[in-house]
Amino acid sequence: WPYCRKRCSYCNFNTYVVPAVDEAAVRACLVREAQTLLRLSQVHSVSSVFFGGGTPSLASPGTVAAVLEAVAATAHLPAGAEVTLEANPSSTSTSRLAGFRAAGVNRLSIGIQSLDDTELRMLGREHTAAEARKAVEAARGLFPGRTSIDLLFGLPGQSQDAWAQRLEAALGLCDNHISLYQLTLERGTALAAQVQGGALPAPSQDLLADMYQTARTVLASAGFRHYEVSNFARKGALSTHNLSYWRADQYIGVGPGAHGRFVPWGEGGCSREARVQTLEPVAWMREVQSQGHGTRSRMVLSSLEQLEEVLSLGLRTDEGVTHERWGHFFPQLSLQAVFGAPGEGRALQQQGWLVLDRGGLRCTWAGLAVLDSLLPDLLWQLQR
Amino acid sequence: QEKLDMSTYPVESIRNFSIIAHVDHGKSTLADRLLEITGTISKTDRNKQVLDKLQVERERGITVKAQSASLFYNHEGINYLLNLIDTPGHVDFSYEVSRSLSACQGVILVVDANEGIQAQTVANFYLAFEAQLSIIPVINKIDLKNADPERVEKQIEKLFDIPTDECIRISAKQGTNVEKVLQKVIEKIPPPQCTTADPLKALVFDSTFDHYRGVVANIALFGGEIAKGHKIVSAHTKKRYEVNEVGILTPNEQPTYKLYAGQVGYLIAGMKEVAEAQIGDTLFLYKQPVEPLPGFKSAKPMVFAGMYPIDQTEYNNLKSALERLTLNDSSVTVHRDSSLALGAGWRLGFLGLLHMEVFNQRLEQEYNMSVILTAPTVPYKAVLSSAKLIKEYGKDQITIINPAQFPDKLSVSEYLEPTVLGTIVTPHEYIGKIITLCQDRRAVQKDMLYIDENRVMLKYLFPLNEIVVDFYDALKSLSSGYASFDYEDAGYQSADLIKMDILLNGNPVEELATIIHNDKAHAAGKLLCERLKETIPRQLFEIAIQAAIGKKIIARETLKAYRKNVVAKCYGGDITRRMKLLKRQAEGKRLMRKIGNVEVPRDAFIRVLKRETDK
Repeated sequence: WPYCRKRCSYCNFNTYVVPAVDEAAVRACLVREAQTLLRLSQVHSVSSVFFGGGTPSLASPGTVAAVLEAVAATAHLPAGAEVTLEANPSSTSTSRLAGFRAAGVNRLSIGIQSLDDTELRMLGREHTAAEARKAVEAARGLFPGRTSIDLLFGLPGQSQDAWAQRLEAALGLCDNHISLYQLTLERGTALAAQVQGGALPAPSQDLLADMYQTARTVLASAGFRHYEVSNFARKGALSTHNLSYWRADQYIGVGPGAHGRFVPWGEGGCSREARVQTLEPVAWMREVQSQGHGTRSRMVLSSLEQLEEVLSLGLRTDEGVTHERWGHFFPQLSLQAVFGAPGEGRALQQQGWLVLDRGGLRCTWAGLAVLDSLLPDLLWQLQR
Repeated sequence: QEKLDMSTYPVESIRNFSIIAHVDHGKSTLADRLLEITGTISKTDRNKQVLDKLQVERERGITVKAQSASLFYNHEGINYLLNLIDTPGHVDFSYEVSRSLSACQGVILVVDANEGIQAQTVANFYLAFEAQLSIIPVINKIDLKNADPERVEKQIEKLFDIPTDECIRISAKQGTNVEKVLQKVIEKIPPPQCTTADPLKALVFDSTFDHYRGVVANIALFGGEIAKGHKIVSAHTKKRYEVNEVGILTPNEQPTYKLYAGQVGYLIAGMKEVAEAQIGDTLFLYKQPVEPLPGFKSAKPMVFAGMYPIDQTEYNNLKSALERLTLNDSSVTVHRDSSLALGAGWRLGFLGLLHMEVFNQRLEQEYNMSVILTAPTVPYKAVLSSAKLIKEYGKDQITIINPAQFPDKLSVSEYLEPTVLGTIVTPHEYIGKIITLCQDRRAVQKDMLYIDENRVMLKYLFPLNEIVVDFYDALKSLSSGYASFDYEDAGYQSADLIKMDILLNGNPVEELATIIHNDKAHAAGKLLCERLKETIPRQLFEIAIQAAIGKKIIARETLKAYRKNVVAKCYGGDITRRMKLLKRQAEGKRLMRKIGNVEVPRDAFIRVLKRETDK
């Protein structure tokens, strides 16, 4: 759902703030594109659905229902499949959430970002900390054990102590899943401009590293499993949908700016492709109406490129890249043969950043935090 | 083209003179006016720096190569041949100036009516004085508001001992009194003392390379005559040539039948490289050798800089550009050199910083080449004490150009550094700051005197390497531009030199090693370490950046390890972008230079080594 009521100061997503949305038209296009792409991919069964954006909770439950119905009709949507909706605290009244649940949503991801009003204002968020709390409570009531909250750390001017307090507050009210993101100052955003111009201080690299380590430690003691760089879950409440990104499974992106990775058998394709839908909603709708889908670009991924993705994404998770998964993409050479032989991979293992054993290739606790410093070496080795 | 007959100008009707002055005092403008008045060029508004043919000369407003022009002027019924030899005004080219002067019998000394005597006024005056030339003082720019000719006349009297009534006050721009200057030239400057009866003796005071005709040498005849078909010999190279063409410059080439003693012009004789017609060389007839004219010496480079192509693929292009540019400038010395970081390149020797800058600018403008210039170094020397090294080099005193060649203290009895004698002329309010600056540059004061109520002339002996990077700019800056500077070679002095190495986690980085005076090592080392810290990217381990002399560490910076480096979000929409970035970084690994286990991107060296330019 590519629309928001306002743009937050740090956001650079493909989202639009418009005075009025022709919801019926958008709904029809989402439905149509979902059907077209499902047929193209010839997928039999859909394991999870994720409504992102923008602010999906601004759409009406009717739209969500329509899309889910289309998916179920075109392919098979098992009863227990995970259906997540992203929500903003300002559009999560209990009645609204109940509507979404009735439409088929069974998991909610709320963008809290911070539980401090000053910080929320700096981020340009629409809600207060109190409103955020209420939203989480409402969500936990309707989706018990299936509510996730998003938190940001490393805000300009945020101290280690302040962060520790936020964490504690968050732990007090969260359910069983937390997504924890280091604030990235993207070029072109209002917040980045403020820091660039000197109006706000830029946090130091060391402080950010400390905050991350603190979070990992604190969440671990609270029973959370750190299953991906930025994602923590307890009592098994992992996000199925997101795991499929990191395991390089197939996924179909529907809507303006959505991304996909699948083999379009229906179009005569036989290789996995990287696909992106047209970004701008009006243009996208026109394309969907005339051609059934608004795919802006599709690029065949070579085996090397697929492997690179498998490696770069898999290493973000605590399970890493399993031998089985590697073999699925590259049966000719095992993980051991590529990264166990003398070379960068082995050096990194010896230095304590990686582990290669019966379970596969994965990062150590320390390695995960500096993964982007390890990957170029590994990719270079893989290319050779 | 019709050939001219030069025999109608007997020696008594010839005047050879030069115009000397400090930078920007109006030398070239006066030359323009003289050319106009004598009808050599037509009077138009477009006559500006007519004799400055190079683009870089016109842009910077300086004369780089000496040109000459023969002017014809009738005064009181007699036709005179006036040979004007334009000279470079800058200190880097003082050798050319002195050679041009040796072809003259007098000079016009131009002094700005507002600025008064400046450092090069003094330096050039002494060159002319020592050559025993007649000096005609001319005070220029009297049309400007702040002109004070009376004050300047008094300075001239005090410093040069020339009576004030001998000064001519002019405005070259407007032409005021310029004709008087011409008349003074005829009256005061003696004709050349030579005769056509003598055997040929010609001084080469400049040369240029023409693609079609070969080397064109500017000559002044001290005896005899020269014409097409004559067989001549170079005193320096001992090579023999046959003359193809002779002529005068008006200021363009005008062929003549012959050139006679006392006259100035050009010659083309089948020489293929300007190195065959070096400034100061003597030419004579094949069967009639003469004493070579005194004062000839090979151009001595004072400043060396490494020059490398931006990318190794440009190597051949740069090579041919250098070959063509040095065709016309034999005072640039060229040695092949190579650096682990920058690849194959050259170490070039220049007469001075300006020479180097002009050369670089010509490379860009005329050959469209951008290059990396590494910090300038000077030619240090070492007196060897190790028998082994003496045998290896074949002599006991060596010149060190590349730090990698620096011989160890144990094998050396003495290190030597080149020095210069610098002259600074400044308003007295800046004396304190300037003295501090000079002391900071290890200079020793040799003289200080007031040239008038407001201004002081200081003479300091400087180690050359303290001047080559930014002394001039510092001087200008702290004197708000009023101080002027000139220098001349003053030989070598003993110096406490060391080789400073840069280490990354204990491993030396060869291309950053420098030879430096012990007193300056700490400051320079600290600066280099700081610069490196900013340019090397953080890695998975801590990096110790150190400056060392032998085993002793004199400066240190630490680059801490990365403790977090992983992108926060990686969902459907982020994956493509992330993969692009990671793959680019993987590519970049290939271009990294590894020093021990530290990865250093190529441009880190460039940024650290590059000359600081104030552009």
